Amino acid sequence: MSEAASIYTVDKVLLVAIRDNITDTDIINLQEDLSERIVSEAARGVVIDIAALEIVDTFVGRILAQLSSISRLLAAETYIVGMRPAVAMTLVELGMDLPGSKTALSLSHALRALKAKGLA
Amino acid sequence: MTVAPTTEVSRLLREEFDSVLDAWFATQKREGVRRPDLFSDRESRRQLSDLLRAFSEALSRIDITEAVDIDADNWSELRMALSEITLVRTERGVAPWEMTAFMLALKQPVFEMLSKNLADRTDRLLAEAADFGRVVDALAMHINEYFIAERDEIIERQRAEMMELSTPVVQLWERVLTIPLIGTLDSMRAQEVMENLLNSIVEHSAEVVIVDITGVRVVDTQVAQHLLRTAAAVRLMGAEAIISGISPKIAQTMVELGVDVGEVTTRPSIRAALAEAFRRVGFQISRIEDTRV
Repeated sequence: MSEAASIYTVDKVLLVAIRDNITDTDIINLQEDLSERIVSEAARGVVIDIAALEIVDTFVGRILAQLSSISRLLAAETYIVGMRPAVAMTLVELGMDLPGSKTALSLSHALRALKAKGLA
Repeated sequence: MTVAPTTEVSRLLREEFDSVLDAWFATQKREGVRRPDLFSDRESRRQLSDLLRAFSEALSRIDITEAVDIDADNWSELRMALSEITLVRTERGVAPWEMTAFMLALKQPVFEMLSKNLADRTDRLLAEAADFGRVVDALAMHINEYFIAERDEIIERQRAEMMELSTPVVQLWERVLTIPLIGTLDSMRAQEVMENLLNSIVEHSAEVVIVDITGVRVVDTQVAQHLLRTAAAVRLMGAEAIISGISPKIAQTMVELGVDVGEVTTRPSIRAALAEAFRRVGFQISRIEDTRV
């Protein structure tokens, strides 16, 4: 497991915490780890917390979109939570408004939404 | 410091100061730019003599046969005197063109005096008249620049004030925010709106924000684009945007322009938007039956 991102299991939900200094290799490793964990733990919900992320570029933006697409394919509903205003503005500026991904204000919001659907 | 060659003009301004002053004053009177309604004769004369004195001093030090650069250091005293008088006169309501004519009125009397004194030396007369004319023109231009700079400053200040005033984010209810947009939405304001809104979402943990465009005069493709981008950023933050205040006319325009709002929720009025917002955050408004008249 890379240090720049950690995956925790909370109530059958996989919580992915991304740190600010994440590198391109870290994030590709994360993609691999996450898809394997979803299958091995039969997780129905994934929450990607990017509150620590202060800088995004098109690469990170694309990986975020990919992470949610992969999770969706593996039958796990994915929420991206805790995006900072500056990050949101940058992504919109870059034209990457993650159309397929679900978003929530915070981890607790996402967990509530998952619980409401019986996925957590 | 270089000593400027003595010219007939600088001699005139020095030795016949009073008659130049009188002639300048008379020309202004004739051209209708003296404004006796705003300034007494004494006040006007004092302004003119201050300015003329600064002018005369400048000419005795500076060689005006070379290029005239009013913004250079050696003109600073004259420039200051001119700015001061311009300020005093404009504060009382003198128009820019009147202030320019006020300065240019110095040309005619000086030209007349020059042609009288240098009648037998046409080449020198022409050269001095040309040089003097250039200086007066430069001063008149300086007055105009002063006006423009002054106005730019006012515009800039008002723009900043408008910016502050025009992007208030209001909390309507728990987890419900609204931002009423008024006037025009250019790129700069759109950016400001987005920043304020996103920061407020974090601050209030808002889940629904109502972007009300009732007060937006024109919705063209660019404004629509700004609105949709704001909605996209709001969604990325994990909240939902409702665009309200879309009048029938604006709806028609948007469709004619080919604007596709995609999955963004829209409502015709802020009232309808609020009802939708309440529904989403799980509140309900009900009438208290007994108070019905």
